[in-house]
Amino acid sequence: MAKISIKNYIMNVLAIVILYALLKFLIWNGVISRYYLGIIIFICINIVLATSLNLATGFLGQLALGHAGFMAIGAYVSAITAISLKGSGLPNTVMLIISLLLAAIFAGVIGILIGIPALRLKGDYLGIITLGFGEVIRVFINNIKMTGGAQGLTGIPRISNIDNIFWITVVVVTILYTLTNSRHGRAIKSIREDEIAAEAVGIQTTKYKVMGFAIAAFFAGIGGGMYAHYIAFLDPNTFNFMRSVEILVIVVLGGMGSLTGSVIAAIVLTILPEALRDFANYRLLIYSGLLVIMMIFRPQGLFGTTEFSLSGFLYKLRHNQIFSSRKKIEEGD
Amino acid sequence: MNIFLQQLINGLSVGSIYAVIALGYTMVYGIIRLINFAHGDIMMMGAYFAFITVFATGMPFYMVLIVSMVLAAVLGVTIESLAYKPLRKAPRISALITAIGMSLFLQNLALVIFRADPKIMPAIIPKRPIMIGPIQIGTVTITTIALSIFFMVLLDFFVKKTKPGKSMRAVSEDKEASILMGINVNKTISITFAIGSALGALGGVLYSVAYTQVFPTMGVMPGLKAFVAAVFGGIGLIPGAMLGGFVIGMIETITKAYISSQWSDAIVFGILIIVLLIKPTGILGKNEREKV
Repeated sequence: MAKISIKNYIMNVLAIVILYALLKFLIWNGVISRYYLGIIIFICINIVLATSLNLATGFLGQLALGHAGFMAIGAYVSAITAISLKGSGLPNTVMLIISLLLAAIFAGVIGILIGIPALRLKGDYLGIITLGFGEVIRVFINNIKMTGGAQGLTGIPRISNIDNIFWITVVVVTILYTLTNSRHGRAIKSIREDEIAAEAVGIQTTKYKVMGFAIAAFFAGIGGGMYAHYIAFLDPNTFNFMRSVEILVIVVLGGMGSLTGSVIAAIVLTILPEALRDFANYRLLIYSGLLVIMMIFRPQGLFGTTEFSLSGFLYKLRHNQIFSSRKKIEEGD
Repeated sequence: MNIFLQQLINGLSVGSIYAVIALGYTMVYGIIRLINFAHGDIMMMGAYFAFITVFATGMPFYMVLIVSMVLAAVLGVTIESLAYKPLRKAPRISALITAIGMSLFLQNLALVIFRADPKIMPAIIPKRPIMIGPIQIGTVTITTIALSIFFMVLLDFFVKKTKPGKSMRAVSEDKEASILMGINVNKTISITFAIGSALGALGGVLYSVAYTQVFPTMGVMPGLKAFVAAVFGGIGLIPGAMLGGFVIGMIETITKAYISSQWSDAIVFGILIIVLLIKPTGILGKNEREKV
């Protein structure tokens, strides 16, 4: 068992390094233009946001409609920190790490403060109250001096680039993956399956619910910070209800409770509107139409709750089972 | 004092629009437990239907209103049967995402057909200020309040006294049991969507006449506010939506007039949060016991 998991780790690390090398090669080659690079960066940001929301909505089973609020907190805290650090002569990477960590901690603390009262509610009501909190955060940012208010915040150092964004995304997804497969992760999943039963077997449901929610907020803060340092301009109205919905759509489409699903869906849903650019005005019409159709035919999302794993894929490849029935492998696994 | 009274009447007018829109949310939620995010956009479509009808035919206000409400009802039923019906047994969040997708779809459909620039809604209600004592009230305000209350009374009668109305209440109480009682659930759900959408169109027409504009994203904010109103009064409850609509409209108008127009949204949502924390099922809602 231990041997296999070490082999798996090495394989996954190798795959990521190869992916990174390929990316760098294509940029160096000029195949990936600035425009494509921008899309890739947005894919990474969306991956961080979606996987973090997946922890709260997919794994913990708590519908959250205010994720853009935590993203906004992260973006603003990170931007303001970086602006005040600008003259200090710190190297960019250090500055980025300090601002992102502060942003994440701030968003996480707000997540705890909101989570403790809000998580007493269930289902739709929780969705509504998180929607309310998200909107309150947005109006708040819109009306205080420190954030530049409705005019937006300018002069943010543009210190995130494809290299650090790629590796931050890798680290975030890895942490979330190990978390969901840890003892705490199993506790979180048990709350999704049946909260009363979880409580009955001695899981502190309130603690784990707040913890899951706060960790989701923490990483949403990082996602917001990455966004702030790439765009270098923040407008509070970009963090509205529709932004939260966009993130939720990625999570649901990828499959609630599947991090790899979120990653794939983030890639698809970031590229799709760009690929449809040729259709000009019909672009979002097609996008929303496809969304409805995909939901009707695959309501559980692309991946459901299963994870894509490289070793599993290779196993299937070796045994020529890619196109044959999937049931057999699951049983034999 | 006079200004205060004036503001109260404005609040009543805004609130009555929220209330009729909130009714659509609450009826749909009551019957299939779905937050119909597309409802705000049905309201927008209703406003566009009215706009087209006025320009194409030049009919009087009441005819325009009826045409718009009928078209919106057809639209609502179509959306239900195409997008929501296949998902009735799917996880609830998938249905929610479908509703959001439908909302985006309608917005972009309007964007493609009518373009993004706001259209000026002709003054189909003759604008005359009426003096009641020292207070000046516009005819639009009076019509808005009167029509909303008329349709609310009508709806109340429909739900309480007629057979389809009773079956609607039965289905929202217990779907399985009402099937056993021989109620056609699918038909009842369609009727609910038709009525909800027609009321949404009523709200849309009144809103567009009051603010003299029609544009593709006009349904988003009033839709969200109406939704807050529905939750405030107790989602799934028809009197709750009415009460919530009036209260939210009133709070919004008063805070805009006396506190701050920038903060009014935060105050509305803040009140929503407080209500949910103290009494999650809304002001008129009953607490449901948790069953193991």
